[in-house]
Amino acid sequence: MIDPTVVELSRLQFASTALYHFIFVPLTLGLVWILFIMESVYVITGKPIYKEMTQFWGKLFGINFALGVTTGITMEFQFGTNWAYYSHYVGDIFGAPLAIEALMAFFLESTMFGLFFFGWNRLSKGGHLAVTGLLALGTNLSAILILIANGWMQDPVGAVFNPITMRMELTDFAALIFNTGAQAKFVHTVAAGYVAGALFVLGISAWYLLKGRHLEFARRSFRIAASFGLIGIMGVIFMGDESGYHVAQTQKSKLAAVEAMWETEPAPASFNIIAGINEAEQKNDWSLQVPQLLGMIATRSTTEVLPGIREIRETNQERVKSGIEAIIALEVMRKNPADEAAKATFEKHRQDMGYGLLVQRYSPDVRQATPEMIAQAAHDTVPKVAPMFWSFRIMVGLGVMMLGLFAFAFYSGIRGTIQKNTLFLKACLWSIPLPWMAIMIGWFVAEYGRQPWTVFDMLPTYLSASSLSVASLLGSIAGFVGFYTLLLIVEMYLMFKYARLGPAVLKQDNA
Amino acid sequence: MLDYMTLKLIWWLLVGVLLIGFAIMDGHDMGVGTLLPVLGKDDTDRRVMINTIAPHWDGNQVWFITAGGAIFAAWPFVYATAFSGLYWALLLVLFALFFRPVGFEYRSKLPNPAWRKSWDWGIFAGSAIPALVFGVAFGNLFLGLPFYLDDTMRSFYTGSFWALLNPFALLFGAISLTLLTLQGATFLSHRTEGDLQARAKKAASIATVVLLVAFSIAGFWVSRIDGYVIQSIPDVGTTLNPLMKEVTRAPGAWFANYNAMPILWLVPALAYIGGALVLACLRSGKTLIAFVGSSLACVSVILTAGIALFPFVLPSSELPKASLTAWDATSSHMTLNVMLWVALIFTPIVVAYTGWAYRVMSGKVTRDFIVKNDKALY
Ligand code: HDD
Ligand code: HEM
Ligand code: HEM
Repeated sequence: MIDPTVVELSRLQFASTALYHFIFVPLTLGLVWILFIMESVYVITGKPIYKEMTQFWGKLFGINFALGVTTGITMEFQFGTNWAYYSHYVGDIFGAPLAIEALMAFFLESTMFGLFFFGWNRLSKGGHLAVTGLLALGTNLSAILILIANGWMQDPVGAVFNPITMRMELTDFAALIFNTGAQAKFVHTVAAGYVAGALFVLGISAWYLLKGRHLEFARRSFRIAASFGLIGIMGVIFMGDESGYHVAQTQKSKLAAVEAMWETEPAPASFNIIAGINEAEQKNDWSLQVPQLLGMIATRSTTEVLPGIREIRETNQERVKSGIEAIIALEVMRKNPADEAAKATFEKHRQDMGYGLLVQRYSPDVRQATPEMIAQAAHDTVPKVAPMFWSFRIMVGLGVMMLGLFAFAFYSGIRGTIQKNTLFLKACLWSIPLPWMAIMIGWFVAEYGRQPWTVFDMLPTYLSASSLSVASLLGSIAGFVGFYTLLLIVEMYLMFKYARLGPAVLKQDNA
Repeated sequence: MLDYMTLKLIWWLLVGVLLIGFAIMDGHDMGVGTLLPVLGKDDTDRRVMINTIAPHWDGNQVWFITAGGAIFAAWPFVYATAFSGLYWALLLVLFALFFRPVGFEYRSKLPNPAWRKSWDWGIFAGSAIPALVFGVAFGNLFLGLPFYLDDTMRSFYTGSFWALLNPFALLFGAISLTLLTLQGATFLSHRTEGDLQARAKKAASIATVVLLVAFSIAGFWVSRIDGYVIQSIPDVGTTLNPLMKEVTRAPGAWFANYNAMPILWLVPALAYIGGALVLACLRSGKTLIAFVGSSLACVSVILTAGIALFPFVLPSSELPKASLTAWDATSSHMTLNVMLWVALIFTPIVVAYTGWAYRVMSGKVTRDFIVKNDKALY
């Protein structure tokens, strides 16, 4: 049977490689638009300082991009190496956006990446600006396609199980592509990248201002970053609310965990600002509440009732039992495809088959499942509450902080008082890591909150992993973490070095 | 919508096209990387070599990524079984590939010679190891991979990494390594000048000869081993899973398609034609045509192997009936159809702007140019 250690290690490996990839992704997504803005100003005004700005921030962009690509290659193959059963089970749907992403986005961004750096003297001004624009377009297209894939795992629309091939198959391509949850996720995630790019430029520019170096250069960069970042953070917060609404519609278990809502309350439910979570007794020991707020945000109505965790677990026991019927009927059907009675039973219960698979973890033969096992499987359908509750609150808190930061930066940019307030400039510098923190935490909320599923309601995580050995996984995790950390150190070294040197790095000493 | 069987056939061809695209485009980058320590006598030489591919390596690498994505979308059984089964082989490729983006991008960012030398070796490893492993993997397909499927279609791999490194498969590894080296050598002949170009031409001539000899030996060896034959399979135009057929092994069976359709012998013949073209054109200085010649060799070698295996994609030595074929390892009818349209729309666009990028960056890369643009180049 499936070794639970292999599953845990596969999750660890996926989470760490994905999080490494996502150190570099947001900066690419955000910085590329800042380059485009700077170069547009250059083309319009003809002032050489804007070209210098584009080229200097472009250098830092390149240093980051290289590791974005390096860590991205791993991701493309990791579904096959480590999530083989997942790849088999949903590849018919999930593979499509990944392939489209490569054809539509990766080719574009990486071809333009080369021309961006080496095409300065070979393209007209307008031609080069177009290349930068296409580079920006390519990176953002890649985000939308991968997030469509990821959004489908959260809300698997347009697909149906096929008993012959034992997998999910595509029935509605448009539903996959235009999944509203994925759209919200795309804007939220990409805007988070814009915030990261903006704060990166803002912070480094603030440092030059503090040191009194490259003043003209730094002031202009600061202002562009402040405006872009302000738009970005407003987008993040607005679309975060939208994502939350979508989660409330499609993943009640995730929402209940995020809000530590143990009991079903009469609508509209109250919102816990903070709470003392008691997982063992399924209650909060204490909490600070705002009446009615949660119901209003999450359902946008005053009458829709949100189920609490207890109720969700209760109902899911029934779904597990129904799923067991589906699995038994499927076995009969596969032996004897003509068995109409089995077919009818399967049709009746197929919506719950994923829940039946959950109990297989405890009893490979579902006929032998005891009531305790069924209760345990239903219990598993809600992730651990405390990590969800607190991480969500940290993400939101960071969002509010950054809103304040960008609003003030924007205001002092307009007033022309940027340089006066050294305390604020220091705050800008030290805030550079904040977007990354919020982003990592955001992914944790989205992905851990989906547990115990890889494909929500359909395919449990523990079934999804490849049949590998523990030794192989330990080896590969050590390899990835060691290798990536080494590369990260090299990258940081170059990044710091180039940032310290400033625009002087562009000067040719022997030209 | 085209019928299911036709789509299955088209997708077999499309995966072939992607692999060929990979060999031609990423192949010449990998060839340049492999030749880096061989042909680059000093730092400036090596920078010349790297800068011939500097604007393009990333775009070219996407052929590899696209091949991965397309196999996922069109042949999910293959994606799942091959990559989890050949776990360490694939990780070896990935770890080697890691050196490339960072190697190209970081190498010339610092003047320190030790720093640059280390990255040069990284670029070499990132080019030569994948080129070798791809061939080894292909070679093992002819022998069959030790995997089976249970009745929930979960795949289990029973072999080890070391067993992949048998002499037969290593010969295939040598073929793919020389093929990509040749591709890099003809590319360098076209884009460099002077001594470096002379060395590149010499390397291309040697690689051509080695390639053709190894290719011929491999052909002979394949005729001596057991191939796989489908004994019975339900209607291939319907939804199938891999366990619904019966498969046996038979000596020389990998030549069955060629014997059935003798015109297919033209495909392996093309490798020799391409090789002759390389040798002739290098001498007469028509370096661009030499590059076309080595690209023809890429087309030929990959198609020759693909046709021999057809319809098999991953034969199973452990449980032959679980072998994955172009008929029963594919996605659903709808996915194949949608993805065909995607490929038909986007591939020409990609080819068009890639061609444009090469045109913008065309011309020889010289030592002088490197020295003048020290800070701006790789
Ligand atoms: C929201 C955006 C986003 C997300 C969720 C992911 N990526 Fe990514 N990826 C990008 C956004 C991005 C990017 C911005 O396009 C990158 C990062 C930096 C870069 O160079 O391009 C990139 C690079 C990148 C590359 C290299 C492309 C090249 O050579 O140009 C590959 C193969 C992947 N990614 C694959 C994946 C896979 C399989 C993911 C799913 C697990 C994934 N990425 C998550
Ligand atoms: C790059 C941004 C991403 C980050 C930072 C991220 C983060 C994570 C984390 C933290 C986990 C572990 C959850 C756990 O096991 O508790 C995870 C698991 C997983 N994620 Fe993501 N994820 C990202 C993108 C994606 C995308 C785009 C997909 C699919 C297209 C995806 C698919 C998965 C899968 C298959 C697992 C393993 C099964 C599981 O543990 O749920 N992830 N990811
Ligand atoms: C300020 C209010 C914010 C709200 C209401 C909010 C809301 C949410 C919600 C509900 C999710 C989970 C979506 C899911 O499970 O599918 C999420 C995920 C995420 N958040 Fe936020 N968030 C906020 C701020 C931020 C900030 C400031 C950042 C980073 C700069 C950020 C980055 C992310 C990322 C990267 C994800 C994972 C991708 C996704 O699922 O969209 N969030 N956020």
